Amino acid sequence: MSLAGFEVEVQRSKDDGGVVTEDMTLSMGPQHPSTHGVLRFVIRADGEVMKEAIPDIGYLHRSIEKIAEKVGWHGFIPYTDRVDYVAAMFCNHGWSFACEQLAGIEVPKRAEYCRVIADELCRIHSHLLSVGSMAMDIGAFTPFTHAIREREYLNDLFEELCGARLTFHYMRIGGVGWDLPTGWIDKLSHFLDRFEPLVDEYDRLISFNKIFVERLAGVAPVTAEEAIDFNLVGPNLRASGVRYDVRKDEPYSVYPELEFDVPIGTGEKGIVGDCFDRYIVRMREMRESCRILRQCITQIPDGPVIAKVPRNLKPPAGDVYVRLESARGDMGWYVVSDGTAFPHRCKIRTGSFSAISIVPKISRNLMIADLIAVIASLDLVAPEIDR
Amino acid sequence: MAMDAAGVHARLREKFGDVVGPLEASGRNASATIVPARIAEVGEFLKTDPALRFDCLSNLSGVDYPKQGHIQIVYHLFSYPHRHAFVLRVNAPRDNPQVATVSGVWSHADWQEREAFDLLGVTFDGHPDLRRILMPEDWPGHPLRKDFVEPESYHGIPTSRESLLKA
Amino acid sequence: MSLINTAPEMALTTRVDDLLNWTRKSSLWYMMFGLACCAIEMMQTGGPRADLERFGMAPRATPRVSDVIIVSGTLTLKMALRTKLLYDQMPEPKYAISMGSCANCGGLFQLAYSVCDGVDRVIPVDVYVPGCPPRPEALTEGLIKLQEKIAQERWLVRKSEPVGVRA
Repeated sequence: MSLAGFEVEVQRSKDDGGVVTEDMTLSMGPQHPSTHGVLRFVIRADGEVMKEAIPDIGYLHRSIEKIAEKVGWHGFIPYTDRVDYVAAMFCNHGWSFACEQLAGIEVPKRAEYCRVIADELCRIHSHLLSVGSMAMDIGAFTPFTHAIREREYLNDLFEELCGARLTFHYMRIGGVGWDLPTGWIDKLSHFLDRFEPLVDEYDRLISFNKIFVERLAGVAPVTAEEAIDFNLVGPNLRASGVRYDVRKDEPYSVYPELEFDVPIGTGEKGIVGDCFDRYIVRMREMRESCRILRQCITQIPDGPVIAKVPRNLKPPAGDVYVRLESARGDMGWYVVSDGTAFPHRCKIRTGSFSAISIVPKISRNLMIADLIAVIASLDLVAPEIDR
Repeated sequence: MAMDAAGVHARLREKFGDVVGPLEASGRNASATIVPARIAEVGEFLKTDPALRFDCLSNLSGVDYPKQGHIQIVYHLFSYPHRHAFVLRVNAPRDNPQVATVSGVWSHADWQEREAFDLLGVTFDGHPDLRRILMPEDWPGHPLRKDFVEPESYHGIPTSRESLLKA
Repeated sequence: MSLINTAPEMALTTRVDDLLNWTRKSSLWYMMFGLACCAIEMMQTGGPRADLERFGMAPRATPRVSDVIIVSGTLTLKMALRTKLLYDQMPEPKYAISMGSCANCGGLFQLAYSVCDGVDRVIPVDVYVPGCPPRPEALTEGLIKLQEKIAQERWLVRKSEPVGVRA
């Protein structure tokens, strides 16, 4: 059985001196040192310059959507963590939100605030890894170790909140699993006091470093029309200049009561929508998340953290499509119910799936090293692509 | 300007007549069913008409309804200039599901249709490169169908494991 | 002439064996085979708090220069064939740590149609580390157990000699 997967048409050309040149077909195989998971690119290159980079996915297809039909409404929540393990709170939130819309359940106010606090902490968690891995892929190893160190403090906070460091299973249909422990809010403020100046430190460390900027500025720009046509979402879309954030434009949960800005890319170092814009939007979003967290800490009310939801939940037949702003963009959950205790269909539309489909278009005539920068700047994670 | 679902549906009816079914549900989930062969034209109109401008295909999902005997493809559309949304549905018969492709209208549909082909077996006429995307090339069957039976083994690797908890 | 398993057991060969094992276990270079969620925990284990480098473990990109493969994450059937290829490319002596429930036995994805239930279906595993995902402390304990296993290997002693009989 051929492991190549599919055939790539190789071009041969003969130049004036009679030298026959042929393109090289490389497999940037499913195992590679870049930290974005099991992705494979078949690259047809003329030396170092790529003619074509075709993505080959499916190496982490764990059939999560089919499992939804087997385990029931409540039992699916741990599986949602694995849809995007780098930003697992959003996936929990998406599924719970969709089920609540189908079943007509109202979530208490305190639970909504707990959800937003967990979401924004998770956004910082995810952006730290994204920015750190991007720096590591470009060649700067130090920011990665800083990012991992900060994530450890966040992991401590999460562990105290819900018992897990990575796959949280914190939210339930109707609210959240556990209330905030006593003293946790103080630890959170202490963390924010420590973290906000550190974002400035990371900015100074790499954002204006000449090598970093030259590797990223002007590389693979994506125009706003292309971004919308390929359905890029989240920081990728905002870097191309489109001011759209689900939290502001179609708000859900308690976001209408919170004040924050939405950073967009302006082409400050190169062209609008290039890799540097995608990177700097994420750095700025971390600061905005800190701002949101401080407001939540002062505004959170008392009350129950979960609504009364029957254990044997049977939402009425129908379908719903909800969107929420995950770390990787607008994550869409299309859930179909047929009135039984098991979902009929769950489709998860993720930001990374559309982001990888634009890679063949924007990576023509770039060097192989630039492909790494493009993948890192689009913030692809394999589980979101393959589910 | 944002148009509500009834307005979008009225414009579609005015242009395409009976190709467009009646308006079902309301609000963000309002939808209309379209004839499978004409979905590309409807999509093109929705994208280019100045009052509608649905320039983004937010989601394309396939759902298998064995009891009704069809596979339904659901298109969730969104407009960035006007900030309104609409849903289109297409029903294809289960034994030979064929739908016109919309990958010429919205580029995002390219990969989403490949996924619907891979997991549900729906053929999209006119698609530039319809092949499996998530499953291996030589995988038998279409997994997301309700009557899919898991193969016993794949290239010599068994697909199930006996439970370690001996009752 | 190969020295492996040919020398008679005596005080010198046991000391040399201990020396060889000590050098091997103190410098295990692992191949970064991070597939899924456990890969993030493997990166955290390599990070500043629970440091793997203090054990001499350095991450390597290719199998050709690594001693141990830490399979962290779910192994799908599509990936299982490539895993076998990568394991075969590692030079002897090589070890495998299966990290996390998915790599041990399929984990919570045993219900899936496309998941290989456990990496021991394709490669021989030395140490299984349970957890979903295992904490950095758990992975470190798995590594210590692998080091204990390596410490008991005998490379020079003739295998047919019964253990414990002294001349």
